[in-house]
Amino acid sequence: MSTSNYDPRILKAPHPVPGAPDNWKRFFSFNTDAKVIGIQYIVSALFFLLVGGLLAMVIRGELITPPADLVDPTVYNGLNTMHGTVMLFLFLFPILNGFNNLLIPTMIGAPDMAFPKLNAAAFWLVPVFATILMASFFVPGGPASSGWWSYPPMSLQNPLGRFINGEMLWITAVALSGISSIFGAINFVTTIIRMRAPGMGFFRMPIYVWTAWAAQTIQLLALPVLTGGAIMLLFDLSFGTTFYRPEGGGDPVLYQHFFWFYSHPAVYVLVLPIFGIFSEIFPVYSRKPLFGYKVVALASFAITALSLIVWVHHMFYSGTPQWMRNLFMVTTMLIAVPTGIKVFAWIGTLWRGKLRLSTPMLFCLGGLFNFIFAGITGIMLATVPIDVHVGNTYFVVAHFHYVIFNTICFGVFAGIYHWFPKFTGRMYYEGLGKIHFVLTFIGATLNFLPLHWAGLLGMPRRVASYDPEFAIWNVIASIGAFILGVASIPFILNMISSWARGPKAPPNPWKAIGLEWLLPSPPPAENFEDDIPTVINGPYGYGLNKPLVEDEEYYIKRAQEA
Amino acid sequence: MTITNPEIPLNHTPGHIKHDGHNLTGFIIFLCSESIIFLAFFTGYAVLKLTSPEWLPQGVNGLELKMPLINTIVLVSSSFVAYIAERYLHKSNLWGFRIAWLLTMIMGSYFVYGQYIEWSELAFGLDSGVFGGTFYLLTGFHGLHVITGILLMGLMLVRSFLPGNYEKGEMGVTSVSLFWHFVDVIWIILFILIYIWQ
Ligand code: HEM
Ligand SMILES: [Cu+2]
Repeated sequence: MSTSNYDPRILKAPHPVPGAPDNWKRFFSFNTDAKVIGIQYIVSALFFLLVGGLLAMVIRGELITPPADLVDPTVYNGLNTMHGTVMLFLFLFPILNGFNNLLIPTMIGAPDMAFPKLNAAAFWLVPVFATILMASFFVPGGPASSGWWSYPPMSLQNPLGRFINGEMLWITAVALSGISSIFGAINFVTTIIRMRAPGMGFFRMPIYVWTAWAAQTIQLLALPVLTGGAIMLLFDLSFGTTFYRPEGGGDPVLYQHFFWFYSHPAVYVLVLPIFGIFSEIFPVYSRKPLFGYKVVALASFAITALSLIVWVHHMFYSGTPQWMRNLFMVTTMLIAVPTGIKVFAWIGTLWRGKLRLSTPMLFCLGGLFNFIFAGITGIMLATVPIDVHVGNTYFVVAHFHYVIFNTICFGVFAGIYHWFPKFTGRMYYEGLGKIHFVLTFIGATLNFLPLHWAGLLGMPRRVASYDPEFAIWNVIASIGAFILGVASIPFILNMISSWARGPKAPPNPWKAIGLEWLLPSPPPAENFEDDIPTVINGPYGYGLNKPLVEDEEYYIKRAQEA
Repeated sequence: MTITNPEIPLNHTPGHIKHDGHNLTGFIIFLCSESIIFLAFFTGYAVLKLTSPEWLPQGVNGLELKMPLINTIVLVSSSFVAYIAERYLHKSNLWGFRIAWLLTMIMGSYFVYGQYIEWSELAFGLDSGVFGGTFYLLTGFHGLHVITGILLMGLMLVRSFLPGNYEKGEMGVTSVSLFWHFVDVIWIILFILIYIWQ
């Protein structure tokens, strides 16, 4: 029986419910509730997905014919740079932080984040640096145009000689995004370490929490290096130093090391939570426990550790000495081991399961399929003799779009559909979801598969015009890109109409196992409030008939009655 | 409105998670991350110094050691004074704490003053090649941390006058003094890299 004076049978007055469509004004305020912040992140990130997508449409429109006819090559460089920057810093990082905000506290049973104000501050930095980045379209000389790498000496050119220029705004925005990410990382890691429900040891945490933890550790350990490198770039650009200027004794390759020391691990910051989403969703829709839970959990940190020592594979053709190339070729191949382990675990989970092919599962299966393909091209690129030929061609572009779009974005969509009922309290329309999946899969394949051939034939990336021999691959790719553009229509329709007037969602529509599914949909402001369940078994007990928490019946009833 | 639901039987002890008291954990994580920026700067410094074809700008023979050495001694000893202040607070001796804490702040300010004097007497500037650039970047970035530390200590000092403020623990003071030791250790590395390794 209860030992505190608080009687959990007294259900408190329903709090303002974070996900409900009523009272939308709080999404525009400095709200400190992790679930409000999560939705703020996700919605604003999806807005920037549209912005970045629009830029991509212009790029693909330009590339549908060999000559540079649609936009001026200078403008093309700017669009190309901004496309990459918007997608990474305004779409992917924010949307994953949105997932972290929604999922980490609910999955570990915490009432909120460890530092709610810091959390809100981290979110509100997003519109600030988004505005700075967007403003760079309107300054004389246009936005930054040296690619998302921003390598000197290209990035240090400032032909108009103005103090405020596109590149300067770009560096400022990226630095602010870094500060926001660090605030986020401190919060997520502290929350995971200190605020887990009673009984939830590390090896009872859902894999999503493990992967988020591993990813945020990368942010803490690697992101400051880019911040340092970017500060030096800003000084070179604006304050007359010569850290990266050879004419003043500086070293441009030093910047490449700073950049990739973070930006390689950064791709794992993005993909690790997607591994988490796969690991959550496959067991639910195949009704089987996750295969090899402990190994999958630990592999996340193996990936974190290895991701910090492979960055030079982006610099095989930057005058890198041979011993260094060999060394980093080996470390890069090693990272395929923990990654491969995870892939086997998911296939093992699916094996002989009762597969239910609803939208989240379709996106996960499509994402897994694409990821295996991307892993193979990754290993090819890690091989120095191959990379020196296809480096800086469309083969690299194809490889990383296979991971970033065809795997990571697929995982993001899967996650949105899977947890949509939980955090909005409404069901989405399955038919629209399936149309979205089919269009996305076809569009993505048409868009990114042909680029491998273009790259193998030697088509250089980042150029507005190209040799007519590559035309056929580019035409197919552009058609794919436009299909992707169309695919956003069923998605947007589905999200808006379901959130506004979709059928009310029960607490656990997918019969999933996890603390978040023991909460009402949408969960009240403080989640379990003062009655946090005691975890007595590991996650993913599908078909095992073991309750997840003490007195499970009570929590299920409580969620239903709320 | 409360809904009482006596039909649901209760067979468990309700769990509870503390909302606050995580500041020290968060702060330590922050310091780890912050130290990586310095690590990046130090690495950049070492790489540039070892590989640059023209390290010292023309007419510069190196750095004067005396003034920075005095500064180093003051900063390192201030860490011990901060520790003493913490001990006083631990024993609830508020005035002992305030005096030692103020002394730490004064020593920190002396360091900033010394740095200022040194800067104003140097023959090279931020734009004097990689040598000038790295020198001002490293000492300047560190100096910003010292100033931040002094301001934070001032805040803690003011808070000590609010009645009953430190009765439930002194998380803020612990964090700030941790920050101060951090700034101190960074300085020692910086001193070795810039002044001793010439
Ligand atoms: C099996 C694992 C993987 C291996 C062995 C691998 C290997 C490589 C190599 C060697 C390159 C450099 C190619 C070049 O520039 O010439 C590369 C580029 C890239 N990879 Fe991977 N990769 C793997 C997985 C991933 C994952 C999971 C992601 C994203 C989450 C990713 C994202 C990228 C990106 C963004 C680039 C290109 C960046 C740019 O040049 O703009 N890769 N990969
Ligand atoms: Cu990489």
